[in-house]
Amino acid sequence: MRFKPGKIALAVAAPVFAAVFSLIVSSASLLATNKSPREAFALMWEFGSGAGSLMEAVNLATSYYIAAIAIALTFRAGLFNIGVEGQLRLGSLFAAYFGAMIVLPPVLHILAIFIIAMFVGGLWAAIAAYMKVKRGVSEVISTIMLNSVAGGLSAYLLSKHFMVKVEGSNDLATKPLPASGQFPDLMPVLKKLGVEEQPGGGVYGMLIIAIILGIAFWFVVNRTRFGFELRSSGMNPIAARVSGVNSKKMTFIALVASGAIAGLAGLPTLLGDTHSYTLGFRGGVGFTAIAIALLGRNSAVGMAISAMLFGFLEVASRTLELIDIAPETYVIMQGSILLSAVIAYEVVRRYQLTLQSHALAKAGDK
Amino acid sequence: MAIAVELRHISKRFPGVIANKDVSIKVESGSVHALIGENGAGKSTVMKILYGMQRPDSGEILVNGTTVHFKKPADSIEAGIGMVHQHFMLADNFTVLENIVLGYEPSRGGVIDFNAARVKINEMAAAYGLTVDPDALVEDLGVGQRQRVEILKVLYRGAKILIFDEPTAVLVPQEVDELFAALQGLRKDGLTVIFITHKLDEVLRVADDVTVIRAGSTVAEVKASEVSAKKLAELMVGSELPSPEIHGSAKRSDIALELSQLTVPAESGARNLVSDVSFTLHAGEVLGIAGVEGNGQSELIEAILGLRNYTGTVIFKGEPLDDESVSERRDMGIGFIPEDRQRQALLMSSPLWENRILGHQRGKPVMNGALIDRKATMADTIRIMQEFDVRAPGPDTLALALSGGNQQKFIVGREMSGSPSLLLASHPTRGVDVGAQAAIWNELRAAREKGMAIVLISADLEELIGLSDRLIVMLRGSVTAELDPAKTTPESLGSAMTGAA
Repeated sequence: MRFKPGKIALAVAAPVFAAVFSLIVSSASLLATNKSPREAFALMWEFGSGAGSLMEAVNLATSYYIAAIAIALTFRAGLFNIGVEGQLRLGSLFAAYFGAMIVLPPVLHILAIFIIAMFVGGLWAAIAAYMKVKRGVSEVISTIMLNSVAGGLSAYLLSKHFMVKVEGSNDLATKPLPASGQFPDLMPVLKKLGVEEQPGGGVYGMLIIAIILGIAFWFVVNRTRFGFELRSSGMNPIAARVSGVNSKKMTFIALVASGAIAGLAGLPTLLGDTHSYTLGFRGGVGFTAIAIALLGRNSAVGMAISAMLFGFLEVASRTLELIDIAPETYVIMQGSILLSAVIAYEVVRRYQLTLQSHALAKAGDK
Repeated sequence: MAIAVELRHISKRFPGVIANKDVSIKVESGSVHALIGENGAGKSTVMKILYGMQRPDSGEILVNGTTVHFKKPADSIEAGIGMVHQHFMLADNFTVLENIVLGYEPSRGGVIDFNAARVKINEMAAAYGLTVDPDALVEDLGVGQRQRVEILKVLYRGAKILIFDEPTAVLVPQEVDELFAALQGLRKDGLTVIFITHKLDEVLRVADDVTVIRAGSTVAEVKASEVSAKKLAELMVGSELPSPEIHGSAKRSDIALELSQLTVPAESGARNLVSDVSFTLHAGEVLGIAGVEGNGQSELIEAILGLRNYTGTVIFKGEPLDDESVSERRDMGIGFIPEDRQRQALLMSSPLWENRILGHQRGKPVMNGALIDRKATMADTIRIMQEFDVRAPGPDTLALALSGGNQQKFIVGREMSGSPSLLLASHPTRGVDVGAQAAIWNELRAAREKGMAIVLISADLEELIGLSDRLIVMLRGSVTAELDPAKTTPESLGSAMTGAA
């Protein structure tokens, strides 16, 4: 309104600062181990920007993004679902097991799998939601503990009940999904757009679902009554209650909806690649997604960018082993980006407040 | 006598509010100086500035005659100023001794010299009558003893000027007596005490001098021995206010609200917060509820809106409300102006147009089905801003950028949107300037003429008497009197409120 050019500069300032700070920190850690940061970053860029790597990064980002939306939904309501990891694990396991059992035509089969995954994820979150609403148990504690329970429960169910023999392997896995339950790859479409096929590459079709979810998240949160009540509860729970929001109901719905979305976050890999839930199910997505939601400021676009960034860094950093650098450098980058982003956003916010109060003081408004 | 502390023309502004404007105070050394004012008048901000917790936008601070520029509390401690906070800042799992030396540990050869500290603390405690066992765990102490630990902590750091922020708020009467005795001891020893409060009887008991602060500015400095409580109250509230009054009766025959035997139980088994309140309120009638704060008025209003559990019945326009939720009650036509606008009625970091939705998110004009109707909301926000003279650049302005008075006018406008049949107004003009106050009174009067029923709570007795058709007095949760406003003066109402009449 009053200071437009400054406003844009401020909006850009935080992410730029975060990126620069992260570069400095990871360079320092590389130098400390006598490696050349320049060589490392050049190699990461060269490898990471290849078409095959980018496709893989997109695939990773798809899962991250869905999980981040699940977390952001609770952040917006003033809650914190750390249990996405457990919810997506159980959602994937049940989706894989029951998905392989049912017989349905192609599109319906995938829909059914979605429903199973969402139901199981939502149900798992409902345990924490119920305890929060009925007994006042902090959802932070209960969801984080339910992650461990989910880990144990899924291992038990897989090994004792859901497993089939895998030929020539010691891995435990559920029965593979039939073709009707597999989500088609986007490669055919991309080829028409002139993208060449990459060895071992391909882009999960679930990317479409992630994009739709992102748009739906933005719309529901910003444009609907439910979204308004959710945000009010997050910003000022007392005022929300006075305005007529039933805070317990809101807490319950937000946590269960978050769990249901989390249930979908494991499906890109399941429906697009492995087609069965195995003992080697990829862990950690639900935790990385917390960082992505924070970095993306719980906004649909911001989280999409940060999910891509994390996916890119993760894939690109694998190449570091070639020049004898620990791939964990990626973890340092992730951490320093997040830390500096949080600080930078806060610094910018305070600076904006100061500007605003000065502007008001000058205007002499009372 | 020497001047221990002098503040000259201090001003401090926060986004949207002027906390202090041209505050000047002179505190003589060796005296007890009271700083009084209503809630939100800016007393605490002045003291935070003096203590170095906040920096003034303009003005000068002198300690013992020298100009100082405090950047942090450590600077003011260095200059001999200490602060006893309203909310204690003690480590519960430490002993009294450990808490007192924390941060100022006397050491001998790199080891904390607890013995030296203990000797010093015992000396101080004896000198000022602040007895407390140095080896007791703080978590085992009562409130009064904790406060002594805070005072000793400040003295231990060598403070000669002590600031007490509403020290009696948390104490029982006997502890208050002990505290005041200790204050006299400090004064006799030549220490200077600055005492923030809004309790006038305490001021007259302990203070030598009194500075009155109103709406962020110092308005008077008087000797405690030469002033009455009534005079102080007038100075605090200001006597140049436009007078609130209503003319004739707008009362209709239909009953808007009927309460019978409404009781709000306490959360922890103590006496009921509201007990057995019954009344009937007609459309076009204003019922004023008088009472010293904390005697159940707020709880009563919150119960009517469904924010608190209660027993008894509430009937609104002939319909029993007892099984209805807050949202249903609001949607049936109950407006609510809460006492703490920022906490209860605003999303501070959201624009005004989003705040327009709050409380009305279940219907027109702000909603179109389940979707936010942005255009209509914007238009209606602009309408409120014009009708209620809300001074802000536009509907996109964040709520936190508005001054308190403008926030309040906006809330009044919002709550009157859609012409509710009943308005629950809790301190509708608290903390607003004289102009905004008059504007809000006009709106309430106009709504009454149109047949709105109003339940009014206010600490401003003239406002309460002037605007109400009927008055009830609440004391300890019960209605103790019903008065005719035409025959009631602030003095007689005041004594009815304290149960003295």
